Amino acid sequence: MNDLPEVERYELTEDPFYNFKFDRRQFLRVFSTGIVLMVPMNHLLAQEEQGFEREAPQDVGAWIHVDQDGSILVYTGKVEFGQNIRTSLAQAVAEELHVPVSTVRLVMGDTDLTPFDMGTFGSRTTPTMAPQLRKAAAAAREMLIALAAQQWQVAPDTVRIVDARFVNHDQSKSMTLADVAKGQKLVKTISPDVKTTPVDQWTLAGKSIPKVDGRDFVTGRHKYTSDMRREGMLYGAVVRPPKLNATLEPRNPGGFINIPATHVVEDGDFLGVASSDPQTAAAAAKSVPARWKTTEPQPDNAALFDYFRKNAREGRGRPVGSVADGFKTADKTLEQTYTVAYIAHAPLEPRAAIAEWSNDKLTVWTGTQRPFGVKNELAEALHIPANRIRVIVPDTGSGYGGKHSGECAVEAARLAMATKKPVKVVWTREEEFTWAYFRPAGVIDVKTGVKNDGKITAWEFHNYNSGSSGIQVKYDFPNQNIQFHDTKSPLRQGSYRGLAATANHFAREVHIDELAALVKMDPVEFRLKNIKDERLRAVLESAVTRFNWQRKPASATRGFGVACGFEKGGYIATCAEVSIEPRTGKVKLERIVEAFECGAIVNPLHLENQVEGAIVQAIGGALFESIQFANGSILNPRFKNYRLPRFSDVPPIDVVLVNRKDLPSAGAGETPIVGLAPAVSNAIFAATGKRLRSLPLTGLQN
Amino acid sequence: MGNVTALTVNGKKLTVNVDSQTSLLSVLRNDLDLTGTKYGCGEAQCGACTVLVDGQQTRSCVTPVGRVANKKITTIEGLEKDGQLHPVQEAFLKADAMQCGYCTPGMIMSSVALLTKNARPTREEIVRHMDRNVCRCGTYLRIVAAIQMASGQKGGTE
Repeated sequence: MNDLPEVERYELTEDPFYNFKFDRRQFLRVFSTGIVLMVPMNHLLAQEEQGFEREAPQDVGAWIHVDQDGSILVYTGKVEFGQNIRTSLAQAVAEELHVPVSTVRLVMGDTDLTPFDMGTFGSRTTPTMAPQLRKAAAAAREMLIALAAQQWQVAPDTVRIVDARFVNHDQSKSMTLADVAKGQKLVKTISPDVKTTPVDQWTLAGKSIPKVDGRDFVTGRHKYTSDMRREGMLYGAVVRPPKLNATLEPRNPGGFINIPATHVVEDGDFLGVASSDPQTAAAAAKSVPARWKTTEPQPDNAALFDYFRKNAREGRGRPVGSVADGFKTADKTLEQTYTVAYIAHAPLEPRAAIAEWSNDKLTVWTGTQRPFGVKNELAEALHIPANRIRVIVPDTGSGYGGKHSGECAVEAARLAMATKKPVKVVWTREEEFTWAYFRPAGVIDVKTGVKNDGKITAWEFHNYNSGSSGIQVKYDFPNQNIQFHDTKSPLRQGSYRGLAATANHFAREVHIDELAALVKMDPVEFRLKNIKDERLRAVLESAVTRFNWQRKPASATRGFGVACGFEKGGYIATCAEVSIEPRTGKVKLERIVEAFECGAIVNPLHLENQVEGAIVQAIGGALFESIQFANGSILNPRFKNYRLPRFSDVPPIDVVLVNRKDLPSAGAGETPIVGLAPAVSNAIFAATGKRLRSLPLTGLQN
Repeated sequence: MGNVTALTVNGKKLTVNVDSQTSLLSVLRNDLDLTGTKYGCGEAQCGACTVLVDGQQTRSCVTPVGRVANKKITTIEGLEKDGQLHPVQEAFLKADAMQCGYCTPGMIMSSVALLTKNARPTREEIVRHMDRNVCRCGTYLRIVAAIQMASGQKGGTE
């Protein structure tokens, strides 16, 4: 067990990630003057080059450009989906450069302008990209100071940057970034030993700074992909088959060409239309007389968990100790099964793309978490070289792991290719629910042994399909056999905020609660008995202290539950208070306390916002979200019958942030989602004595 | 059926030529390029498309444009006056009441409608009024705080 996040198969889609050769000409086009600091990703070479004529390194992860007008531009392939990294990365750079945050602008997710990036997922921006940018900014500062010192003919250690101005030792001389950057043509690849500002000396990072371009969002001025338009643009729509896994029958002689004011494009199993207005396109897509060959029958919800077990492969986890011995020394054993449903990301902005061809070059604007991955998808689907494709990602209406793929981009590009005009495709809500992908459903079998004093002696855990994230334990279990079993999924599935950590924490933390009940111990005391890890103890103790855990007895309509865990470098503990409406069995959340520790805090305001958001999203998966499907149809593909968390579902949430300035910052967008569901299930048990082992927790409802 | 040829949006009389059955949302976004009003579900479930019609909050995705031809329509673009943000917009910024921002225009328009009829709503009144607007990023508590702040009451999370 180490602190590195588990490789999660659902995080990556099947196609390989290529690191294309960096195009030097592009680089030269972007930067004609100024100072550029490159951030290498793999091998850390220190090299200084004069002029821009030399080959740039092939594995640059990001760069900072101080232009000769003094503007500071940061180029990163990461994208902004609401996690506020546009703000937090600007904070990191501004901190090291000693300039106001407002002077730093980020250029994000543009495959022509920004270096290759695998994608924005896995809570990796804060632990990996931010420290690299910080180093680049620190190197830029030193380089600029050296240049300033040269101009003044003084020693570099007498020059400082104060509020974006260079000053000499007694502040008698001062000049701007532009004064120094003017006329320069310098490229430097940063060395790995650049010193950055220690956390306890941060002045900008570590502070609550509002969203950098917040005004554009409250005025409606920000253009999401779905808001953009191009000159002469057509609106595209895709003709969908009646069921999943259908193939298009070859068209009738005469084809589909007779729909007024509409282009009809057929290619393989793709059938789409494009018109000059969206109403005509939508109507045309409905009226195209397509014939589909469907696959029947297909599995449904009722048969799902059997289907997973039937198609399961052996797990590859390495056992620790011997569970057989552990069962021998146990006083009691317990065997239970837990399940989670498929759920949808339901980003409020559905998939959208605009594709435009110009001189054989394709440009696609689309909201994806993997701009370079989508560029490859386009190259493959359209059989054109990737260097003729540019993908640009405007700040997007959320994703939560649901926008790794480029379906909509490919559709728009195919229609644009056929019509020779820019084409915009925006998925309907129903398309988003049906033709995207889901968080994997899963079934988890847990068999354990415990001693009467509360020590767990054997831990056997088998997860079928839902994934391996968060499957390892931070508890001190001497004998473990933990296995993830790959199997077949009847529905298309992929990444989701927190991945399988939600399912694995749900099974583990409910099971632990069951063991505590079995040996008649308080759930908190029982957990502490099995935890050696100091950081896990610290968050658990912080949460229960704030919750006043011991002083609150449960009743038949009110209960308290707790859960804790670790994932992606962050430690979490959640306490929930629930009430149950006796007549309907409806569960209402009354109060949530969640303690979270992810190392040194970068922006407390946005961290708290992320933690709250994760808890609210978790309410949906815990209490009501579940995709219903049968024989190739999604039965609830609309907000009318797929219930999302709303204002009235949200109880007071008390977030306890544990700031560990001595530890590197971990990402925070995901892990805070994992504690709620088990804490709520455990609270329901405390009130009613009934164990709910399936997500969503609808088992009490009449 | 027939066509609609003029609309009053944000105090301006604008010329259009659209089928009266077309949704107001589509006309705003595609014919008038007022894209602050968003599509979220197309069935009045999420509130991303909320605008004011004669001051009343209205789901533009299910409103045929013919029904509002002679009324005053206000969209998110119409709240800022001479570079000054509306107090609700200011409050959303102050309370950090957004993440991806996609629901924000609809949230702000619903909030403005609430505060127009009820200048000092209680927490329960805010929740009841706003319950039909969805924020998938889950910033509900901050939105409540923003509305309280805009109504001159103390915000919860400021």
